[in-house]
Order: sequence, then structure tokens, then C-alpha cells
Amino acid sequence: MIEAVGLTKRYGAKTAVYNLSFQVRPGAVTGFLGPNGAGKSTTMRMILGLDRPTSGQVTIGGLPFRQLPNAPRQVGALLDAKAVHGGRTARNHLLSLAQLSGIPDRRVDEVLGVVGLQGVAKRRSKGFSLGMGQRLGIAAALLGDPQVLLFDEPVNGLDPEGILWVRNLMKQLAAEGRTVFVSSHLMSEMALTADHLIVIGRGQLMADMSVKDFISHNSADFARVRTPQTEPEQREKLLAALTEAGGQVMPEPDGALRVTGLPLPRISDLAHDADVRLWELSPHQASLEEAYMRMTQGAVDYRSTADEKSGLMQQPPMGHVPPQPHIPEVPQQGFYAPPPPHPGQNPYAAPAPAAPPAAAPAEAPAPPAAAPADLTKPEDAR
Amino acid sequence: MASVPAVLQSEWTKIRTVSSTRWTLISALAVTVAMGAALCALMNATFDDLPDAERLTFDPTLISFSGMVLGQLAMVVFGVLVVGTEYSSGMIRTSLAAVPQRGTFIFSKIAVAGLLALAVGMATSFLTFFIGQALLGEHRTTIGEENVLRAVVGGGIYMGLIAVFSMGVATMLRSSMLSLGILMPFFFLVSQILSAVPGAKDVARYFPDQAGAKIMQVVPNAMNSGESPYGPWGGLGIMLLWVAAALLGGFLVLRKRDA
Amino acid sequence: MIELEGLTKHFGSKVAVDHLSFKVRPGVVTGFLGPNGAGKSTTMRMMLDLDNPTSGTVRIDGRHYRELEEPLKYIGALLDAKAMHGGRSAYNNLLCLAQANRIPRSRVAEVLDVVGLTPVARKKSKGFSMGMGQRLGIASALLGDPEILMFDEPVNGLDPEGIHWIRNLMKALAQEGRTIFVSSHLMSEMALTADHLIVIGQGKLLADTSMADFIQQNSRSYVRLRSPQQEELRDAVHRAGMTVVETDNGTLEVDGASTEQLGELAAEHRIVLHELSAQRASLEEAFMQMTAGSVEYHAHSTGAGAPPPPGPEAPPSGHGAPQWAPRKEGA
Repeated sequence: MIEAVGLTKRYGAKTAVYNLSFQVRPGAVTGFLGPNGAGKSTTMRMILGLDRPTSGQVTIGGLPFRQLPNAPRQVGALLDAKAVHGGRTARNHLLSLAQLSGIPDRRVDEVLGVVGLQGVAKRRSKGFSLGMGQRLGIAAALLGDPQVLLFDEPVNGLDPEGILWVRNLMKQLAAEGRTVFVSSHLMSEMALTADHLIVIGRGQLMADMSVKDFISHNSADFARVRTPQTEPEQREKLLAALTEAGGQVMPEPDGALRVTGLPLPRISDLAHDADVRLWELSPHQASLEEAYMRMTQGAVDYRSTADEKSGLMQQPPMGHVPPQPHIPEVPQQGFYAPPPPHPGQNPYAAPAPAAPPAAAPAEAPAPPAAAPADLTKPEDAR
Repeated sequence: MASVPAVLQSEWTKIRTVSSTRWTLISALAVTVAMGAALCALMNATFDDLPDAERLTFDPTLISFSGMVLGQLAMVVFGVLVVGTEYSSGMIRTSLAAVPQRGTFIFSKIAVAGLLALAVGMATSFLTFFIGQALLGEHRTTIGEENVLRAVVGGGIYMGLIAVFSMGVATMLRSSMLSLGILMPFFFLVSQILSAVPGAKDVARYFPDQAGAKIMQVVPNAMNSGESPYGPWGGLGIMLLWVAAALLGGFLVLRKRDA
Repeated sequence: MIELEGLTKHFGSKVAVDHLSFKVRPGVVTGFLGPNGAGKSTTMRMMLDLDNPTSGTVRIDGRHYRELEEPLKYIGALLDAKAMHGGRSAYNNLLCLAQANRIPRSRVAEVLDVVGLTPVARKKSKGFSMGMGQRLGIASALLGDPEILMFDEPVNGLDPEGIHWIRNLMKALAQEGRTIFVSSHLMSEMALTADHLIVIGQGKLLADTSMADFIQQNSRSYVRLRSPQQEELRDAVHRAGMTVVETDNGTLEVDGASTEQLGELAAEHRIVLHELSAQRASLEEAFMQMTAGSVEYHAHSTGAGAPPPPGPEAPPSGHGAPQWAPRKEGA
């Protein structure tokens, strides 16, 4: 358990983190999100006792990091994959860490096996790719078999197989009852990994809730309905019935209808009553990215702008829907989601396009491979 | 094909927008002039203590160029960094994507940097000559004397060629650290030491710096340096061969190797 | 349009790229996928004439890269965000590239604005964060307003806002009819961005197909049904000769049928449906399925496609030492 209470950090006149209070509970993967410059790294560094809070405190298992008896065995962290002495071999690097805290040498070979680096254990780490460096960093974090783990951008530089592995590793560690705290910029990845989210913006807490709640709070669920293509009048009939019942209906490019404000059974009943046959009736949730973009609008550094002069970028500023000329009848604002949760936010708030067929897989259920239940854990047997 | 004037302009922008250009060239000038001035003042004060052989072959022009032993090292650093930072920063890939004709790319770069080094070398040479002569008192010479102008202009050319030679070596080795690690000890130690060892001297004479430095002598066998089998222009010719070899080697490596 | 023909690259005895032939077409975002060590970077470098192929050719709009006049006006590439001189300002780094290809100076300021770096244009790029470096690299790719753009791991180091931006940028560029070629390891990101996929493994072409076909061919897809008349529905589907599986959470899964068929079937039997949705696997699953067996550095305890031999996983409890702890104590 990590607990921050009124955590504040100032660098001169700049406040990096302000009055941050949250808990990271064991048994779940907690995602830590925020735009660049929101104070994520500073917070992580304060958790690990690397930076001293200006006020407030953060504890691990009830004690500040620096007062933990044998802290190394309780907390493992991957902060920066490059924080390794490049001249040493991977194995010697881990050995030196292990010896500092009295961990047996064979544990080093174990973690090298866990991260898949046993083949290059005798190679100097300066020749490592970013992905291999990342694996070495993860090995170091796991070395002490700690109950609390922090990962900063863990999938950086990893290939698809490595990404899947890290995701499953984190879920597995959480399933073992450990506290897993992960910061990442990859929303689509976080959506697959995290159970709970802590979102900060400009150093302040913006959300502390489950992923599911976070998405529901910040965007609308919707249903996709299709009627037989051969009978356009069926579509019109259904559209009228749904609108009459108070649903918001938007046509999609392929002829489907996107319905918000009506539950699936109700849509089904309405179709039944109108004597309309359905070719599709599927539930959809907005993506984590959409929800996140909506929430953090206005708290972003280095915003990109449109390049109107060149004609290269016909793309409007951040957050706008990209041009979709083939469906002119769709009012683009409001096409995707209800108004922003907080009044007074900037008007860019239209979230990511929930996108053409390519987006469909992202909305499919988590792959079976990602289920923690699939993981075997030989250690339990011992 | 890439337009050569455009590439030259681009390379000029590259050179003038990094601070290493400024500090290496300023130190080349400052170190050469300061050390030359100090040695001239010292010579002037201790002239009478010199051995006869050295007094007979005393070469006031050459003495005022003594600072080049150190100043040329700054030129080496300049030359190496001009090329080496392309590799160490990874810029080389961006540069070659913009100018895929590798010959055009590297020779434009070396032309721009070489001309700049030559200009700074020339200024250094004249400045160190006049300041040195002013400090030599009664032992001074003047720019109007026979062969003196040749020596002073030659000093400037020498500085420029040292920089170009370093660029060629750095292109071959594709690394600043490696190039500096070889060139600095070579010019500062190996070449100097070997030229003082009787047996090795005959070989060391043909090193680029030893041969090229001949152009700065006005008095034959100045300062009792012994007979050499080539004259001032012959020496410069030998140095030019070295430079040409380094450039050719650099070009072949760049053309052949993956960036 | 980029065309590769029999492209091959050997490093000593190691074959990095093995007779690769494919075309990257304009108007769509083409994703370039493969495990680490599959030869993606080498291929991209050969496309830009940075590495010399052992054999085979790459053509950019029908010409060899070296034959392009002012190549930045034809093809822009983000290969490595750090491929800039750190001692030079962002503006000057772009300026010298622009000058080499006779691109007007005003364009430098424009692209800096596009990527949002105008406020730091005069700062030395070595002080840049990874995300800012990435934006600078993207600016250099856009500099010549080229018809072909290549991006290697474009979202690296970007924050969610930046990721969202670059994704939309790539799609918008493709929509303008440009050729967009993107390599990435982030399957979930690719699924949102790419229309077409080129997959390689161990230097060989594994797939060159549309996103939808790729997923279809490499994973199971089925239709999920939910109904208040579950029993009736199941019997109806069964009688129609389709395989139906009842899941724990009260839905039916039907393989080998379309939603259209099932919708008609339900209507015919007057069965109310509360869900009728096609389920497809994620791009990641499909990719894992396809590339299983061509990956370097297998980690143990993977739950996915190609489970490697189980290794000694987590340790006996009680041995703990994170790297930074003892050293930074009291820092």
C-alpha cells in the first residue's frame, strides 16, 4: 500500500505537485496517468525518497521510504532503464545490487530467466537495445521480490511480445496481492493492464477511480445497431422509433446507427415493436483515451497546432475529429460523447474518433492471453 | 542531384550554429599567438645563452610560430568535431537522407570547414608573426625579407591543412573520441618525440606535421634542425599527399559503409 | 509509392533482410510490424539509402533514392528522434536540412509550429525531453512537404495528447493521398492507425494485407448473442446447423456465422435479442499468432500465443533489493 497525504513539491516558484492525496492498494494494477509535466515523475521520485516533499508525506506500508526497515526488500522500481553502469555485464550489475542487500546469487540468475536475458547475461549492458535495457531494469526491480512495485513507462522499447509479457507480469504480480503502480502514456496499453487509475494534471489529483468508472464518468457508452441493408425503410423506421423514445441517434459511414441514451434491451424492444429486424446490436464503451483526453484538456504542455499555410495539415487543433468527408450529415461535436464533465473547459473537448473498422479490435474484450488466470506461477508450488 | 551551392550553404549553417566551432578556432588563434609571443620574448632575453649552432641558424620567423605546436591541437579538435559530431549525435543519418550523394555531402562539408580553418589559420599566422617580431627586439625580421612572406602564408596553410587532415581521419574512423585519441597524442607526443630520436628522425620527417612545418622556415635547417631531403614546398607537398590520402580514405569509408 | 524488390541484407553470415518485396501505396496508412530483430529498422534504413542492400532494390516513385533531387521534397522520415545535433537549436537543426534541399526558411518556422515546438525553437535540442525530440524529428520529416512519409516508432516518448495528435496527423496525411509508412511495436496503437499491414519476421515477408483481413486470418472471430429467450435462441441456432457455445455469463457464442444470418434467424423465430455483435480478436492476438516462433529474447512465463518453456518465475519471498534504494538513502 502506498499512501500520499497532502503531498506538495515546489521547485522555486514552480509548483510541480500540489496537495496530492491518494492510496495505491495491493492486489490491483494501478495506472498513473497525466500529461507531460503533470508531476508524475516527481511524485514517483517522492514515493521512492529520491525527492523530499515540500510538504505532506507519502508512505509505503505506513512508513516513509527512508524509514522503511530494509526498504530494498519491500519496494522495487523501474524508473529509468538507462540507469545502469554500461561497462558491467547484465549479471554483474544485478549481482552488485543483490550483494548490497544480502540477496543470494542464485536469485540473480532467476530474475535473468524471468526477464528472458539469460542468453546475454554475460554481455556488457552498454551494447543493449532499449528493450533489453528495459528488461534488465525490470529484473532489478524484481530482484528483492518486493511487495510494492513501481514502473515508469515499462513497455518503452519492448517489442509486441515483450509488451504482452510485461502486461501479464504486472497483472500476475497484482494477482499475487502485490501493490503495482504503473505510469504510462499509452492509453490503449493502460486500458488493457490497469484495474484502477490515478490521474493527475498540473500537479493535482483529477481522478482516482476504477478504469471502468473512469471511462463511464468521462464519456458515454453507446450501442451500434444495423438493420438489413436491403431494406432502407427499416433503418428509417428504427431511427424514428429510437429518436421518439429519447435516444440520440447518429448515422455511421457504413450505414449503422450509433445510439446513446438507450439500453440495449430497450433498443431491442423498440425494434421488435416497430417490426424491424436487426443485423447487429452491439454494446460499445468509449476508449480510455477518449475519456482521458476529455478529462485532461487544458492541462497539456507543448500543444501542437495546425499548419494552415502549407495545406499539409488540414487537421484542426488537438482533440478535433479528423476530417470525415464521407459522412457530412454527422454533427461532429457531440458525435462521440456528451459535453465535458467540468464546465469552463476548453472547447476542443471532442475526444478521439472512435474510428473506422480498424478500431473495432480495441473494443473487443481483452485477449484471453491477458487474463491473469492464464498465468502459471511455479513459485507458488515451492 | 543535390545542388552544391545549397549543400555548401547548409554546411555553413551547421558550422556556424554550434558553439564548438567558436571555441576551438578561438583557442587555436589565442594559444598560438600567446605561446608564440611568450617564446619570442624568452628568446629575446636569452639569445646570448643559445648554443652557437642555434645562434647561427637562428630563424626569427620560425620562432614566432612556436605556438603552433599547441595551437594546431585546437585545429585538430575543430576538424575532428566538424565530422565526428555528425556520427556521435546521429545527425549523419538525417544529413545523408537530405543529401544522399555522399561525395557531395562530405566534400562540401570539408570545403566549408577547411576554408574557415584556412581563414582562421591565416589570421593566426600573421598575428603571431607580427606580435612575435615585435617582441624579438633586435633579432627580429620583417615581412619584406626574402622568403618571410612565403613562411607566414605557409603557416596559415599549414593550420588549415591540419584541420582538413583531421576531418579526413574522423570520416574514416567515424568517431570523435577515437579520432582525438589517435590524433592528439600523435601530433603532440609521438611526432615530436620521434623527430628528436636520431634513428627515427628520418622517418618522422615524412609525418604530415613535420613535413608541412618546413614551409614556416626561412633560414635553411633553422635552429640547427639538421638537413632535410626536401625544401619548404616539397614539405608542403608531402603534407598535401597525407591530406589527400586521408580525404580519399574518408570518402571511401563513407561511400562503402552503412550509415 | 515505395517499391521493394528482392531486398536483401546480410551482416556477415547473418541474414537480416531476406528477399523482401512489397509496395507501400499512397492514400492509406501502412503499418510495418515485426518482432525485435525481424529486420524492420534495417529495411527502413535501406529505403533511405543509409544502408547498402546486399542485393535487391528500393524505388521511391520509381527512382532510386540517390537519384532524387532534393529528397526531402519526396520523402520525409522519422527514424531516430535523437538524430539531431544537441548543441544546435531546434530551429537551426531544421534550417541546415532545409537549406540542403532548397526549402524556404519560412517553412522551418511553419513545421515547428505544426509540431508545437515554437516556444522552444531557439533552445538547444540536447535539453529536450524524449517527447520534444520526437516532435523535432517529426518536424524534420514534414519539412519538405513530401508525398511519402516514414515514421519509426512515432509515439515513443509522446504523452497521450501527443499520441492522439500524431495518430490523427498520419491519418490526415494519408487522406490527402500521401504514402504513410509506420513501424511500431504498439499493437493497440497500430490497430487505431493503420489501414494496411506489412508484417515481417526474420527478414522475410509474413503478411501484406489489410488490417481487417489480417485479424480475420489470424484469429478466431465469432458472434456474441444475448437474449431473454436464451433457450429458444440456442435451439434455433442449433437447428440451423451452427455451432453454439453457452458461456458462464449467459451469452451465446456462435462460430462461423455472420450477424446478418443470426439476425434473420432470430427474426424468423420471433426471438428478442439483447445483443448481436461480431467479436474479433485484437491485432495483438493476431500478430502473436502469426509471429510465434520468430522472436528474440523470449521472456519466461508468457501467457500468450507462443508460451516458452516455464522458467523459474518469482523467487522465494523475502529476498528484496531494488537497485536505487541503498545508494540513494539520504540523498
